[in-house]
Amino acid sequence: MSDRTNLSFREEKGNRKGIFAWILSTDHKRIGILYLYSIVAFFLTGVVLGILMKLELLAPGKTVMDPATYNAIFTLHGVIMIFLVVVPGLPAVFGNFLLPIMIGAKDVAFPKINLLSWWIYVFGAIIALSSLFMAGGPPDTGWTFYAPYAFKTNTNMLPAVLGAFILGFSSILTGINFIVTIHRMRAPGMTWFKMPLFPWTLYGTGWIQILATPIVGITLLMIVGERVLNIGFFDPALGGDPILYQHLFWIYSHPAVYIMILPAMGAISEIIPTFANKSIFGYKAIVLSTLAIAFVGYFVWGHHMFTSGMSGTALYTFSLLTFIVAIPSAIKVFNWVSTLHKASIQLEAPFFWAASFLFVFMIGGLSGIALGALTTNIHLHDTAFVVAHFHFIVFGGVGFAFMGAIHYWFPKIWGRMYNARLATTGWMIFFIGFCTLYLPMFFLGFSGMPRRYYDYVEEFHGPNVVSTIGSWVLALGLIIILYNLIRSATKGEVATKNPWGGRTLEWTVDSPPSLENFDEIPVVTRSPYDYRKNIDE
Amino acid sequence: MSHQSDNHTVPYKSYLWILAILIVLTIISVGVTYIELGNLTVFTAILLASVKSTLVLIYFMHLKFDNKLLQYLVAAIFILLGLVLFITFLDYNYR
Amino acid sequence: MTTLAHIHRDDEASKLGMWLFIFTELLLFAGLFIVYGVYRYLNPVAFHLAAEELSVTVGMVNTIILLISSATIAMATTAVRKKNKQLTLLFLMATLFLAFMFMANKYFEWKGKFSHGIFPGSEDLQRLGHGDTLFFGLYFFMTGLHALHIIVGFVLITIVAVRVNNNTLTFENPVLLDNSGLYWHLVDLIWIFLFPLFYLIT
Repeated sequence: MSDRTNLSFREEKGNRKGIFAWILSTDHKRIGILYLYSIVAFFLTGVVLGILMKLELLAPGKTVMDPATYNAIFTLHGVIMIFLVVVPGLPAVFGNFLLPIMIGAKDVAFPKINLLSWWIYVFGAIIALSSLFMAGGPPDTGWTFYAPYAFKTNTNMLPAVLGAFILGFSSILTGINFIVTIHRMRAPGMTWFKMPLFPWTLYGTGWIQILATPIVGITLLMIVGERVLNIGFFDPALGGDPILYQHLFWIYSHPAVYIMILPAMGAISEIIPTFANKSIFGYKAIVLSTLAIAFVGYFVWGHHMFTSGMSGTALYTFSLLTFIVAIPSAIKVFNWVSTLHKASIQLEAPFFWAASFLFVFMIGGLSGIALGALTTNIHLHDTAFVVAHFHFIVFGGVGFAFMGAIHYWFPKIWGRMYNARLATTGWMIFFIGFCTLYLPMFFLGFSGMPRRYYDYVEEFHGPNVVSTIGSWVLALGLIIILYNLIRSATKGEVATKNPWGGRTLEWTVDSPPSLENFDEIPVVTRSPYDYRKNIDE
Repeated sequence: MSHQSDNHTVPYKSYLWILAILIVLTIISVGVTYIELGNLTVFTAILLASVKSTLVLIYFMHLKFDNKLLQYLVAAIFILLGLVLFITFLDYNYR
Repeated sequence: MTTLAHIHRDDEASKLGMWLFIFTELLLFAGLFIVYGVYRYLNPVAFHLAAEELSVTVGMVNTIILLISSATIAMATTAVRKKNKQLTLLFLMATLFLAFMFMANKYFEWKGKFSHGIFPGSEDLQRLGHGDTLFFGLYFFMTGLHALHIIVGFVLITIVAVRVNNNTLTFENPVLLDNSGLYWHLVDLIWIFLFPLFYLIT
């Protein structure tokens, strides 16, 4: 580009060559891209496993695999998707790439630790996946590693559990890095309430990563202790209480859902005002609801255990807290919709993803209310309804936001534009496939089809066929999207600094940004979503 | 420069005083186990441990001389722990 | 360029980062304290009797050793600010010595238990009943994890001592010493709770 004064961070020549200039780089943008490539690779692995599961469920009885393989595949699908894809997902990719730029800093607070977290991530992933290639085969417990089966099964539990433990460190270090960066490195003039919403959600996420991840860390270590030393923490035969394992596991794993969804909400909060060309409605309400979700989300873990035999008091408390945690999420949805009210909307791919996020997130949220109520939960617990619910939230919510984010920030990251028409086509097919895949599961679960079963009775056949066809449509959409993005990263039209008319700081720097992001650290004087004036004025 | 480390130097003497108090509290906490306190045994032990850990946090870990943010955060962490324990025991206490 | 040359030092950020890390450590042990609390609640009598098996004297000696070591490393942070290299080193060596003493004590304590057939998964322990199995399981797991932290702290303080000796850590950049000190106090803090829970509440 002619108006550039600096080389971009991709062209900048370091003292290392080839791939080492990437895998040993402490530049937050390069680390973000490293995460992106690794996460996409694991995501595609997870997708293939998911499609295999749907293929097995195409017809009752054995279709393509035996029950043991099915158990291993749904476990791996869960472990890969949760620990390797969605938990690091938005924070590690877009948080790393954009957080420093959005708050006007040159890098994160601890760049070396940032690189270390990526290496720990890769190391943890290798350990976790090594279980595939060892005698005994991959674990078959489901991603929750429930006791006591987790230390009775003969499959390779240890690599999976240790892998998840190591991945926790990566997550914690990222969280520490982001919190310190936000506290110490905001540009002059950027007060807390002048900070954009995506960094705000990363801040909330960072706290959950720091405060919840250690609990699952110790729980997984205890599972290791059980298997190796036969201590008896969760073994009823030795006096342990398996339900205590569930408590500890969900003390982390419920907040983990908020590690996933908060940055997704942050990305949506960036996309919507830009394409509505209008200041976001209720900025402070969104900020406060982010913090409220992070806080209350810590105390609702028991709603995963309504049928485990907890005391009545605990059941009522957890159910009540679950309803309370729905309020701040709903506040956000109202704010997004109000932002769109009477706006002149730019219909571009990122906006389509954001709008469909609102749709699927609402279905996911409302089905969550059904599951959070004690009476309906008894009926729906461990059925396909639950699977549909969390795929609407985690794949629909987080996944759609991730797609929206990648379409929104693509010009910034690669400095090129993608084919807008192809992007819209890809989105449409993906969206149709998604709904065809998961909506039937609500009905299946409601009529009693259990989750995690490789077989079902004849009366569930119809919806299962629809669902499996949906998985193919979704895969087709995914292929179109990937083709478009991969091709455009090198061949697309060159992008300007601010192709969408965004108002946050990342749109004031070059596309792609130079190594140090800013020639001069900007001084912030106005709110992040001030659409009254052009950004350059 | 606010970016450099706080150069507040704590005199050796204050550390020695705190150490003395901590050791005395340790001896007291062992001593009270010889007194029959019934239901209060656990409570006394935890209370003394809490006093000791507060001293370590405030003086050894410099919370007294640090910025307010850390003081609030440390307090918040312990409140969080308390809440998690409380909620867990809502299950075990009423089963 | 792969590293940013311009990065200015921000000790306040390093300290905040260290504190956040300490929070994760606290939460890590908190998970175990929850387990301890629940099992003590479910097996009050067995926990009461099992705790009497542990020597209060050994526990108290170790507590005092750790408290003194905490004070010595705290005084090292003062000494380094007073530009007294000799005294800083002396305090660091004292801390290392006390850490070693703690581990030696722990070793003999564990060894004694092992020789009586009390170790995780042992048959003797299972014969004693569920409460004892859980008590000693928790005892070995929690003190073991704590000992692991002592070892990490030992390595950290050794690095600090070497750097003080090389004059690469002085009153101008004491942040590594400060942060190792914070870590060491955390180790002390956890022991302050482990001691009454395992040795005193009988």
